[in-house]
Amino acid sequence: MAGRVLTETAAASERIDWRAALKECGLAAFVALILFLPLVGMVIVRAEGALALNFRFGWVLIGVALVAAGRLLLVGLRTVRPETIAAVTAPITRVPALLAPFASFAIAAGIVFAFVLPFLPFANRYVVDVGTTVLIYVMLGWGLNIVVGLAGLLDLGYVAFYAVGAYSYALFARWFDLGFWECLPMAGVLAASFGVLLGFPVLRLRGDYLAIVTLGFGEIVRIILLNWYPVTRGPDGLSNIPRPSFFGLEFDRSPPEGATAFHQFFGLDYSGYHRVAFLYFLALILALVTNLFVLRIRKLPIGRAWEALREDEIACRALGINPTNTKLTAFALGAMFGGFAGSFFATRQGFISPESFTFIESATILAIVVLGGMGSQIGVVLAATVLILLPELGREFEQYRMLLFGAAMVMIMVWRPRGLLAHRDPTIRLHGTTPVTAGGPARP
Amino acid sequence: MLYFLQQLINGVTLGAMYGLIAIGYSMVYGIIGMINFAHGEIYMIGAFLSIICFTLLGMLGITWVPLALLLVLLVAMAFTSAYGWTVERLAYRPLRGSFRLAPLISAIGMSIFLQNYVQLTQGANVKPLRPVITGGFVFGTDGFTVTISYVQIIMILLTVVLMIAFSYLIGRTPLGRAQRACQQDLLMAGLCGVNVDRTISLTFVMGAALAAVAGVMATLYYGVIDFFIGFLAGIKAFTAAVLGGIGSIPGAMLGGLTLGLVEAFWSGYFSIEYKDVAAFSILILVLIFLPTGLLGKPEIEKV
Repeated sequence: MAGRVLTETAAASERIDWRAALKECGLAAFVALILFLPLVGMVIVRAEGALALNFRFGWVLIGVALVAAGRLLLVGLRTVRPETIAAVTAPITRVPALLAPFASFAIAAGIVFAFVLPFLPFANRYVVDVGTTVLIYVMLGWGLNIVVGLAGLLDLGYVAFYAVGAYSYALFARWFDLGFWECLPMAGVLAASFGVLLGFPVLRLRGDYLAIVTLGFGEIVRIILLNWYPVTRGPDGLSNIPRPSFFGLEFDRSPPEGATAFHQFFGLDYSGYHRVAFLYFLALILALVTNLFVLRIRKLPIGRAWEALREDEIACRALGINPTNTKLTAFALGAMFGGFAGSFFATRQGFISPESFTFIESATILAIVVLGGMGSQIGVVLAATVLILLPELGREFEQYRMLLFGAAMVMIMVWRPRGLLAHRDPTIRLHGTTPVTAGGPARP
Repeated sequence: MLYFLQQLINGVTLGAMYGLIAIGYSMVYGIIGMINFAHGEIYMIGAFLSIICFTLLGMLGITWVPLALLLVLLVAMAFTSAYGWTVERLAYRPLRGSFRLAPLISAIGMSIFLQNYVQLTQGANVKPLRPVITGGFVFGTDGFTVTISYVQIIMILLTVVLMIAFSYLIGRTPLGRAQRACQQDLLMAGLCGVNVDRTISLTFVMGAALAAVAGVMATLYYGVIDFFIGFLAGIKAFTAAVLGGIGSIPGAMLGGLTLGLVEAFWSGYFSIEYKDVAAFSILILVLIFLPTGLLGKPEIEKV
C-alpha cells in the first residue's frame, strides 16, 4: 500500500513542493511541542515532602527541532528519492540470487564459528557468557517460532513456559536430588503439559484474543511464583541450583569425596573458564537440536498443517485438518522448547526468581521472532544476536535500550511488516510450477 | 454487612476507573478490529499529566479545589488526546490493511516505548501527591465504620456525567453517527462520504480523553503513581471490555463495574495477593464460555 502511494507522489511532483513540505513540517513540530511540553519540559521532583517541578524547556526545543528536521528529511526523501524508501520497505522474500550459492556456506561457517568461539584467541569469560545468553534467546526464539512463525498464533505469555522449565528443574533438583540431565526432559514435558493445559481451552479464540489470554496466563504464572512462598520462596527466589556435569564430571575446584572433577580427569589446571565454555557448548547443542527438530517437523504433515493453518484457517477446516489439535501440538512443542531453555537458564544462573520472567521477557522473545521475520530460522539468529549484542556493546545506552527496542518494533512493523528476512514462501512446490507468493489473508 | 457495603463502594469506584479505560479499548476494537495495547500507557500518561498539572497549579497558587480539579481534567484530557492521536497516526495508520497481527505487535512496541519514554523523562521512582481532596462521609456502628471519601463520590459522579455526555455524543451527533457507520462497515462508510481517517483519529482521541480522566482519578484516589501503572490497568480494562462485550460502549462500562466489584470482593474476602489472578481468570473464563461478552454481538467471519 505504502509503495503505491509513494510512486504516485513521485509521479505527481519530481521537485519538492516547499509550501506543502513546510506545512507538514510545521504540523509535526506543533504536535511534538504539545507532546513534549508537559512530559519532557516539566519534571516532577520531590522537594521537602511535597512535589515540585523542574523546568527544562531547552530539551523541548531540541526535541521539537529534531522532529521537524526529521519530518522535512522524510518529505524530501519521499519526493526526491522515492526508490530509497521503496528499497527500505520492500520485503526480502529470499536471499538474492547472487548470494544464493553462498547461503549454505555462510550457514555452515556460522555453525563452525559458533563451535570454535570459546577456543579463539579473543574469547574470554565475558565473550563466551554473552554468547551463551545469545544462544538461550536463539533457542527461545526458535521455540516461539513454532507457535508464532509457523502456526501463526500470537503467544504473549511464552515466558510462562520458560519459567515452568526453570522452576521445575530447580525444584526437582532440590526435592529429589536429581541432576540436570534427568530434569531436562521432565522440565520439557512439564512445560508442554502447561502448554496443553492453557491451549486446550483457549485455542478456539481468534488471534488477538489469544494474545491477551496468553499474556494473562503469563502474568498468572508469575504472580503464583511470587506469592506461593512455601514452594517457590517468592521474591527471594531459589538459589544453589546444581550445575550440570560433563558425563558425571563436576566442574569444581575440589570435588566431593569419591568424585572426579573435570580438570582432574583431563589432567588440566583448574579454571573457571571450563564451566563457562561447557555451558556455552551445552546451549549451542540444545539450540541446534531445537533447530534440527523445527526444520524436520516443518516437512512432516503436522508442520505443513501449521503453515496452512496460519495462512487460512477456514480453508484448512474444509480440507479436514483439525485446527484445535494442530494448534495444540504447536503450542505444546513450542512450550517444550521454552521449558528446555528455562532449565538451562536455571542451571546456568544457579539462581532464579520471578524477576526473570516478566512480560518484557516475553516481548523480547517475540521481538526476536518478529524482527527476524516470522518463520525464518536464520532471521531468529540474526535478530537475537543484534538485540542481545547491541546493548552489550553500548553499555552507556543501557537506559535507552527498551526505548529503542519499542521504537524498533513499531518501525519494523510499519516499514517491513514481514520482518527483516521475510520468509513466507510456500515450503513445498508442485513440479514445474512457480510458487504462489503467500501474502496471507489481509483483513478486509 | 457493613464490611460488604465498604467493599461494594470500593468496587464501584474501581469499576468506574476500569470502565473509563475500557471504553477506549472497546471503541477502537469496534472500529478497526485491533487491540490497542498501548491504551494502558495512555492512561498512565494521563495520570502523569494530571500530577504535573496539580503541581504546576500549586506552584501558581491556584488552590481552590473545584477550579484546580476542572483545570487538571481539561489539561490532562487535551494533552493525553494528543498522545492518543499521535500513537494512531504513527503506529497504526500505516498498518491498516496489513496482516492481522501487525498492528498488535506495533501496539506492543508502542506500549514499551511509551513506558520507557515516561521513565526516562520523569524518572523511575514513584510520585506521591499530597492528597488534594480529603475527608468523606463516615457512618456505621461502633464495631465497624464505612467510609465513602469525597474522592470516591467525585469519581462516581464524574463517571456518570461523562457516560451521559458520551452516550449523547455517540448517539446524537454527526460524529457519533459517522463512528457507528465506520464500526459497521469501514469501506461502505467511506463510500457514503464519511471521512474514515478522521473518524478513526477522533475515536483514538476520545478514548485517550476518557483514559486521561481515569488517570486523573487514579492520581486522586491512590495518590501515588509510577510509570508502570499502565500495564496492569491496561490488561484489566481490556478484560472489562471483553467481559462487557467488545465493541459495545455500555458493555465496557458494565464490564468495568463487574470487574471492579469482583476484584474488591476477592481482595476483601479471599486474598489480596491473588486479586490479579482472579481478574485474569475471569478474562479466560469469559472468553471460553461467553466469547461475545455480556452485551456484545456475535461476530460472523466472512470468507
